[in-house]
Amino acid sequence: MTYTVINNNSIENLIRAVEEATSADKMITAVKALAAARHPAAIPTLIDVLRYNNPGAAVAAVDGLIELGEAAVQPIIDRLDSYNYGARAWAIRAFAGIGDVRGLDLLITAAKTDFALSVRRAAARGLGNLKWSGLPTEQIPAAQKQVFNTLKLVCQDPEWVVRYAAIVGLQGLAIAVIANPPEWFTEILTQFEEMATTDTEIAVRARARLAKQEISK
Amino acid sequence: MQDDFEMAPPGGESLTVEKAIANLQGDDPGLRYYAAWWLGKFRIATQEAIDALLAALEDKSCRTEDGGYPLQRNAARALGKLGNQKAVEPLIRCLNSEDYYVREAAAQSLQKLGARSSIPALIKLLEGGVEAAVQVPGKPHLTQPYDAILEALGSLNAKEAIPLIKPFIEHPVKRVQYAAARAMYQLTGEAIYGEHLVQGLQGKELQLRRTALMDLGAIGYLPAAEAIAQTQAENSLKIIALKGILEHQLKNNSLETSNLSDDAIRVMSLIDSLL
Repeated sequence: MTYTVINNNSIENLIRAVEEATSADKMITAVKALAAARHPAAIPTLIDVLRYNNPGAAVAAVDGLIELGEAAVQPIIDRLDSYNYGARAWAIRAFAGIGDVRGLDLLITAAKTDFALSVRRAAARGLGNLKWSGLPTEQIPAAQKQVFNTLKLVCQDPEWVVRYAAIVGLQGLAIAVIANPPEWFTEILTQFEEMATTDTEIAVRARARLAKQEISK
Repeated sequence: MQDDFEMAPPGGESLTVEKAIANLQGDDPGLRYYAAWWLGKFRIATQEAIDALLAALEDKSCRTEDGGYPLQRNAARALGKLGNQKAVEPLIRCLNSEDYYVREAAAQSLQKLGARSSIPALIKLLEGGVEAAVQVPGKPHLTQPYDAILEALGSLNAKEAIPLIKPFIEHPVKRVQYAAARAMYQLTGEAIYGEHLVQGLQGKELQLRRTALMDLGAIGYLPAAEAIAQTQAENSLKIIALKGILEHQLKNNSLETSNLSDDAIRVMSLIDSLL
């Protein structure tokens, strides 16, 4: 990760602009500017923005946190306000984008149990986007199997877009393990085959077909 | 979309089909109103439900302070969801209701029911053209529910209405413009009308961008896919719009027998990026 060269004085100004924003629009502009700085000192402020119930600002903050990547993961876990539902949902979106394995448990729980379909779908996609090298080698097979079991379950979600996201997640997982396929690998193919023919939504059937194509490339 | 706002059951009770039908025929206006909504929401399409809703559609006893018929409005909305053609004639009569919102609900439901027999009655509501389509003094709406009427005519493939619909592209109210563009695209397939809606994605107001998104999804206008992915609105709405475009693509070339087209794959990769 390369950070844009920016001196501490100006990052302080950018943070202050977020803290002192007097309207929703000014907040969005200020958060975008702070996110664009890609500076680790911005992380606590970007996390705070997730609590403000300002969707435009939260989107910009999540994008900024994803850009900052792994450096943002522990601060998010530490500062996460588990009683603020909206903030937690945004944090899960950030984890899904970053793909750090420290977010694994949160993503699994969110994909299976969150009441908001926007969170379930983000988590399902994120589970296919994990950077497995972040785990000790001996833990990887069990964790991957856990992700597979989770996504297989999420493929039964009542919302079409969550099933769609589960396919995207499974496709990511399949590509991650394809060089050294575990015994459950063929179950992924079976799952795609089944959804490609029987899902009630044509968009989901098409995405399952695309997943089959993508992993046989 | 307003159909999907959760309504709270009066007194917190949960309904059964029998109870909902009984409530709909009862005396409590609140319970009747809720029951009509509930039957539509849960797609209760039994004969009893349809008959009770058709009776509610004629109800004159439930009135709002300004003379509206709230029970008729909910009954009309519910009947659109239940897919029973028996509702078509009564809904066509509702297009003459003195209550604007009953007319609006009826137009939307006739569209859902694919009721081509309602085309003449819908066309009649466009009488006077754009000049007559003005705000009613003291009301938050125009003389007719023009957006619902235009959308219905487009979906019902009312080609004979093209000359009447076209002038509404110039209507000062954007929502009406978009409905006209949507209908014109459906009726003519001309890209200029799809592009009118793409312009709408750049609009200043979020609510209008949402309207343009839903319209583009409904007409399956493929060239809008990238613009949809980039507009400033909730990902959930963008995904729904792109799903509409994807479905349009997939229906054109049968999924089971052929490979996915490059266009379909392009739309799916946009959806992926918004999850």
